[in-house]
Order: sequence, then structure tokens, then C-alpha cells
Amino acid sequence: MNFPILSVITFTPLVGAVLVLLIPRKNEDAIRRLSIIVSFVPLILAFIVYATVWRNPGEMHFVEEYHWIPTLDVYYRMGVDGISAPMVLLTALLSTLSFFYSAFTIKDRVKEYYFLFLLLEMGMFGVFVSLDFIFFYVFWEIGLVPMYLLIGVWGGERRIYAAIKFFLYTLAGSVAMLLAILGVYFQTGTFSILEAAAAHPFAGNFPLAALAFWGFFLGFAIKVPSFPFHTWLPDAHTEAPTCGSVILAGVLLKLGAYGFIRIVLPMFPQVFSWYAYNVPIIPILAVISIVYGALVCMAQWDLKRLIAYSSVSHMGYVMLGLSAAAASLVQRGDPEGLLTSAVMALNGASLQMFTHGIITGGLFFLVGIIYERAHTRDLKAFGGLASKVPYYYGIMMVTGFASLGLPGLAGFWSELFVFRGTFYIIPIFACIGVAGVVFTAAYILWKIVQYVFLGEFDQAKWDQATHHAKLTDMTWWEKVTMWPLVAVMVLVGFYPTIVVALLNGANTALLKGL
Amino acid sequence: MLLPQLLLVLGAFVVFGADLIWRDRNWLPYLALLGLAVALGATLYLLLGVDLPGEPILGGMLAVDSFALFFQIVAVLTGGLVILSAVDYMQERTPYRAEFYSLLLIACLAITLVAAGTDLVMIYIAIELLSITSYILTGYLREDRKSTEAAIKYFLYGAMASAAMLYGMSLLYGVTGATSLGAIAASLGAADASLRWLVFPALVFVLAGFGFKIAAVPFHQWSPDAYEGAPTPITAFLSVGSKAAGFAVLVRVLITALPDFRLDWVAVLSAISMATMTVGNLVALTQRNIKRMLAYSSIAHAGYILIGLVCWDLGRSAGRFTGINGVLIYLLAYLFTNLGAFVVVIAFEQATGSNRIEDYAGLARSSPALAGAMLVFLFSLTGIPGTGGFIGKLFVFGAAIQVQFYALAIVGIINSVIAAFYYLNVVRYMFFETGPGEAPALNPSPALKVTLAVTTVMTLVVGLYVQPFIELVQGAARLLSG
Repeated sequence: MNFPILSVITFTPLVGAVLVLLIPRKNEDAIRRLSIIVSFVPLILAFIVYATVWRNPGEMHFVEEYHWIPTLDVYYRMGVDGISAPMVLLTALLSTLSFFYSAFTIKDRVKEYYFLFLLLEMGMFGVFVSLDFIFFYVFWEIGLVPMYLLIGVWGGERRIYAAIKFFLYTLAGSVAMLLAILGVYFQTGTFSILEAAAAHPFAGNFPLAALAFWGFFLGFAIKVPSFPFHTWLPDAHTEAPTCGSVILAGVLLKLGAYGFIRIVLPMFPQVFSWYAYNVPIIPILAVISIVYGALVCMAQWDLKRLIAYSSVSHMGYVMLGLSAAAASLVQRGDPEGLLTSAVMALNGASLQMFTHGIITGGLFFLVGIIYERAHTRDLKAFGGLASKVPYYYGIMMVTGFASLGLPGLAGFWSELFVFRGTFYIIPIFACIGVAGVVFTAAYILWKIVQYVFLGEFDQAKWDQATHHAKLTDMTWWEKVTMWPLVAVMVLVGFYPTIVVALLNGANTALLKGL
Repeated sequence: MLLPQLLLVLGAFVVFGADLIWRDRNWLPYLALLGLAVALGATLYLLLGVDLPGEPILGGMLAVDSFALFFQIVAVLTGGLVILSAVDYMQERTPYRAEFYSLLLIACLAITLVAAGTDLVMIYIAIELLSITSYILTGYLREDRKSTEAAIKYFLYGAMASAAMLYGMSLLYGVTGATSLGAIAASLGAADASLRWLVFPALVFVLAGFGFKIAAVPFHQWSPDAYEGAPTPITAFLSVGSKAAGFAVLVRVLITALPDFRLDWVAVLSAISMATMTVGNLVALTQRNIKRMLAYSSIAHAGYILIGLVCWDLGRSAGRFTGINGVLIYLLAYLFTNLGAFVVVIAFEQATGSNRIEDYAGLARSSPALAGAMLVFLFSLTGIPGTGGFIGKLFVFGAAIQVQFYALAIVGIINSVIAAFYYLNVVRYMFFETGPGEAPALNPSPALKVTLAVTTVMTLVVGLYVQPFIELVQGAARLLSG
């Protein structure tokens, strides 16, 4: 028997959470240190997993399978391939950085904070490595609870409203998914995600397949979130504590997108392609998310809310890439070209999941950093900060440019791949979606760069808006938090293969299997 | 074969007797617990160590089958946890405690008899025994006007319901000439049946009586008032024990006596199930008293459990999500969860004298352990994975999908989302709101702490390691479907 590396990754945070419970409340520093140390275990193991999967990304690695509830056919099944390995790494990286950053910023109820955050980390890992529906579902929902409490306890002014909205929206989606899971089980006789997908449940019965498809769709689209299910997101992201927003935008949104790639696309290729090509509901929603999300960003005056809406827009690229991959299945034409483009679109979508996690995670950290000083996020209160906080300005520029897709930074490649794939398969949606890129550049340059950093610094305005807050540049811990993210943005920007090799292997295998 | 029941009677009398000769009454609850523990031992011995008789005993009155034994376990566990949670509560409120504990033991006895009854006469008597002890226990705090009011309402509704049930039973007897469930089924199955049309009204009347016990809409009106007024440990008992008894008899009567009328009762019960879930949850949304909120929530849960019964899978039991398993596992998970929630309510009431949800503000800060346990119970009631409540919902929704009753499943999940709102409302007060000033830490008594620990751990165990419990309920359900 091999070393159960995935179980260790998933459950180390749980062990850490239990240990945190045992440390006396007064001993806050010990709790912080312990959590950070514990979070390094999955981080290091995630690198090992990543390197191993690199060799053969199209297959499942480190598979573990034990009985869990034998009477119900429920197994404890885990495995990673080229799609999930980058996600595991992303989760581990953002969690460790969040723990580190929180150690300096969270002063209230430290014990509960780290306990919940560790549980959340376990839930996220669990979703990415599960290969059994019930197991998957358990982690999916377990992650919901700590995030709900994190928003509700440590959040901003409207935290209670945002927390309950987040919980109810996601719960509504997940229970719909649960029914779909049960439906698939009674059709295929297995809860194994891979076996059920291979069996193509309800293949001959379009109405039932569509019903199950929409069940999953609801669960995942609310999480992504795709227009019109996105309204929980601006509230939750804006009100959550800084690291809560980082994890929400960086990882939790990806759970939905991951569900589409891992479950919906392989399991319901016919239905998905029907709604992606013949009745193109899903690409329509995707481009609405892209364009509408970006336009709403331009109208925001709250910096955090702006970045929250930018997630709606950026996750739309993921949905667009997915739709293109699905649409390629029913299109007539050169099969070679279609497959290449479909793989390209799917690579773009899954790369966007990774890069958006890194970039938006970084942006939310940066918002948190300025909020710590100014205690306001009102764009009108800022202006001319470039001269006052040059270091912060530099980091924000890099991250912002990565977000708008500047070549040489990570965001460029995912958008390029998505549009390259989509143009070949469903060109009309690519044309509309590209407008989003322009708007993105507009709100990043105009709203963030210009309003916050450029111009003359007006001390009187600043004092009035922030009640004489002291404006200092980034501290050492803030730099330590941001540098790994900036490094990844530049690394992936110059050498995208480091991620794309994995994604490409897995996505090619996936699409060839359909 | 009747050893557990005899032990319960004995326990009740010993508690009475000890009250007369013993000055120190603080030991009475533990004596009653001892009685329950011995009864539990006897039940487990019957379940594991003895070949059970295939036929009902005592002239066809009582079945000693694994189904009955399952409910004996449920009854004894409920009784034990309720007694533990009542120790301090009753000590402060009434000097007459011996009668309280003996009556509780007799109520547990009544549950075991209800679950075992295989004859309409026996069932009626057992239900009456349970009802009458419940009325007394509800009104036990004579000085408390709410308690008295609750008992009166409970009694009036109960009397009506039991009259209707008796009428229905007499109709069944008139049609079939038999009172034993097996004989009724045989007689109804026989070809000649000019009076068969009477079975449907009989069914409706009988369901009124059973529906009263499980607090299903429209027979639920008694429960919010009774739950709010009753001493809180008794509220816990009514919401779990009494409901379990109702489901036991419902399942046994419908499946062993009226399988041929399955279409009739499935139609009636699915309507009742949807109405119960929806009404219970919608009204619970507006409650500000936590006991009333839990009362309506308990109505709603009866609706979910009914899904399992409605989706009882005739013939196609090859599937693994058979509805009856769902009913039983749901009841088991609900037992620990709901009792646990009430234990928190008791601890809070003991310390602050309040049952208002607003007053829970800041509980997470002052008593994190108590708030944490409540969190587990509330999420279990919501049906979040990792807790017993999820397993229960998984089973009943699974059963509904299996027999393709999609409408029931969809109404069920919509209701789960509605329900999340009011459960989370309590979480919101405990964790997100801060109370007025620094709330003092609550310090529950040792007995409450034990109860709390047991219920929390069991709620999580049923959620995470459910296999042994599934095997237990499969054994219990096999007999009925086979």
C-alpha cells in the first residue's frame, strides 16, 4: 500500500483544527503559529503531487478507495489528475498565505477563526480530490459552513445579510445537485464520478438527462457564479474578511467550474452540447457574465465590490471556454481542428481557474492592505497614492495588469486560449465576449490605477475621508504575502507550460473520451 | 420476551417506592436511569442473543420482532437522555419528582408497546397509555399557567384524535371482522368485499389518530402550544419519543394490515407530507420563541420522514434506499439531534430563564462549547453533511428518487432551503450578534453536560460512520417488507 498522500493533504487541516481547539484561548500566538505550520504540510505535499501528475496528467494518480457506507455503495474515493492537481496546489498556496496574512490582521476570536479556516481548507481539498459523488458532496457542503461563519463573524457592516445570502444561495444549488446525484445513481448504479460519467446516464432519454443536467448546472452555476445566479457574490465578497474574500474568489468559485469540467461535461456531453450550440443558453449566460460583470465594475465606487464583480466577469471566460468545448461535440466540420480548438478552449477555461485564483486572490489581499490603513474602500477618497506608497503601487500594477490580460503575465494566456478555442467553434460568442476584455482594461486602468494612484495626493481629502489615518507603505508581512503570488503571475506569464502541460494532458484525454 | 417491558414497569414502581422510604430524592432520576439501562440491556439481549418468535405473542397482541426492538431502543434512549436533562430542571421547579420519573418510564413503556402492537385493541390501549402519561407530564408544573394551558389543549385535541382513531378502527373491524393486523390484511385480500369502500374512510380516521401523534398537518395544531408550555424536557420527549411511536404504529399498520390499499394511503400521505413540510417550515420562519420554533421544525421533520413511508418500495426492494430504512434512520438521527438541541435550550433556560431567540445573542462568546454543540444540532436539522440529519435526508430523498416520486423530492429540497433560514437565524444570534453587555458564561450541570456530549457525539457519529446504524435499521425493516 502506498503512502495515502491525498488523505494526508485533505485531513491534515482537520488535525490542525482539532489541535487548535486544544490550545487555550489566551495563547493566540501559539494558535497562529500552529495553523501556519500545519498548512505547510499540504502545501509541500501538493508540490509533490503536482510534480508526479506532471509525468502523466491524463490519468488518475494516488487513487485511494475504501468502503465508507457499503450498504449504499458509498466509497471513500480519491485521486488527482491534471485538472485537479493545479487546483490542489492553488488551494494550498492561498490557504497558507491567508493563514500567514491573518496572523497579523485578525485580532478577534483568533481560536475560532483558525479552527474554521482549517475546516474550510479541508473542505476545499476534499472537493478537488473526491472521486465519489457522496464524498464530493460532503466536502462541498462542509466547506459552506465555515465560510458562512467567517463572513458572519469577521465580516464588514452588512455581514449578516451577506452570510445568510451566501449560505442560502449555495444550499439551494447544492440540494438540486443532490437530487441529480441520486438520479444518476439510480440510473448507473454507482456513486463513482468516473464510472458514472463513463456510463453517460440517461443517454437515450433527453428530458430526464436534461433534468439531471440542470440539477448539476444549478449547483455549479450558483457557485461559479454565472449570471443570473451571481447576486450573492458581490455581497459575500465585499463583506467577508480579507482572507475570506481571497479564498472565496480564489478557490470557492473554482469549485463550481471544477464541477463542470469533472462531472457535467463528461457525464452529459449530449445535453451540454445541446445547450451550448443548438440552444446556446450557456454561452449566452457566459457572455452576459463577462460583459455585464465588467460594465458593473466600471460603475462601482467601492474598491472591494469592484473586484468582486470582476470575478463575475472573469469566471464568465471559464464558462465560455467550457461551452465552446461542449459545442465542439456536435459541430460538423474538420474533426481535427474542432478537437484542437476544443482542447484549447478547455485549457483556457481551466487555466483561467488557476490564474484567476492567483490574481484575484492577490487583488483581494491588496484591497485588504489599503483598507487596513484607510478604513474605507471608497475610490473617491483615494488619489495620488502612487507617490505615497510606491511599493504598494508597484505590486498593484502588476496584479492589475495580470487581471486585464497583459502579455507576459498569467492572465493573458488563459484569455488567449479561451478566445482562440471559442473563435473556431462558436465565433459569435467569442466576438461579444472579447468586448469584456476591453471593459476590463477600462475599469482596471480608469477605476483602480487612475482613481487610487494617479494625480496629486491631497492630504486634506485623505484626512477627511479616513479620519486622519496614517498612510504607510507595505509592511514586511504584506510583502511576504504578495510576493509568491506575483512570482506565480510572472512565472505562468512567461512559461505557461508549467500549468498548461498538466491541463492539456487531462483535457485532451477528457475530450477524446467523448 | 417481554422482559424489557416488565423491567420498565418494575423500574417505575421502584421509583415510586423509593420515594416513600428514601428521604434524599436526588437519587431518584439515577434510579430511573438504572431501570432504563437494565431494560436496554434486556432489549439488546433479545436483539442479539435470542431467536425471536416469528408470530406475535400473547394471543396475537404483541410482536417481538426486530422492528419492535428497534423502537424499544429508541424509547429507552429517549427516556434516558430526557431524564438526564431533566434532573436539575425538575429539581428547581417541583417537589413531586418521583411521579415525574415513574411517569416518564411508563411513557417509554407505552412507546415500546405501541411499536410492538399487532392488534388494533392493543395499539389503541398503548396509544392511550402514551397519550395520558404525556398529558400529565405536559401539565406537570401546576403552578405554571402555560404548562397547564398546554396540557388542556393537548388533552382536548388528543381526545378528539383518539375518538376519530377509535371510530376508524371500529370501521375496519366492521369490514373485516378482525382486530389483528394480519387477519385484517388477509380478510381484505380475500375476494368478497362488498364493504371495501368503507376502508378508505376508516383509513382517514385512523390516520387522524396517528397523524396527531406525529404532529402532521392538519393534525398539528396542538403541538406548538403544548411544546411551548410543557416543561422543556417533556417537550423534548414529545418531539422525539412520541413522534417515533407515531411513526412505528403508522408503518406497522399501513404495511402489515393495509398493503392492498397502498395506493390510497400513499396518495393521502404524500399530500399530508407535502403540507406538513411546507406549513411547518413556513410558520417556523416567524417564530421568536425557540421552543415554538423547534415545535414547528419538528412538524416539518415529520413531513420529511413521511416521504420515506410514502416511497416504501413494494416489490422493487432490490434498491438500497428503501423508504422504511429511511424512516428509521431519520428517526434515529433526529432523536440525537433534536434531543441535543433541547438540551441546549434547557441549559440556556436554566441559566437565563429565557426562551427567546434574541436572548441567545452573544452565546458563542460567553459559552463557546454550548454554542458549538447547538451549531452541530442546527446544521444537522438543516441536513448538512457530516451530521446525522444529512444521512436521514439522503435516505428519504433517495427513496423518493428511486420510486420516481420526483415531486415529493423537489418539495422536500425546497423546504430544506427554507428551513435553513430559521435554523441559521439562531446561529446568527449565537455567533454574529453581540448581547447587551458581557453575558456571563453559562455553566450547565454535570448531567446536562453528559447529555450534551452524548447527543453531540452521536449526531456526528451517525453522520460520519453510519454503516452500523444502517445495518440495525435494515434488520428492523426487513421483517416488515419481507
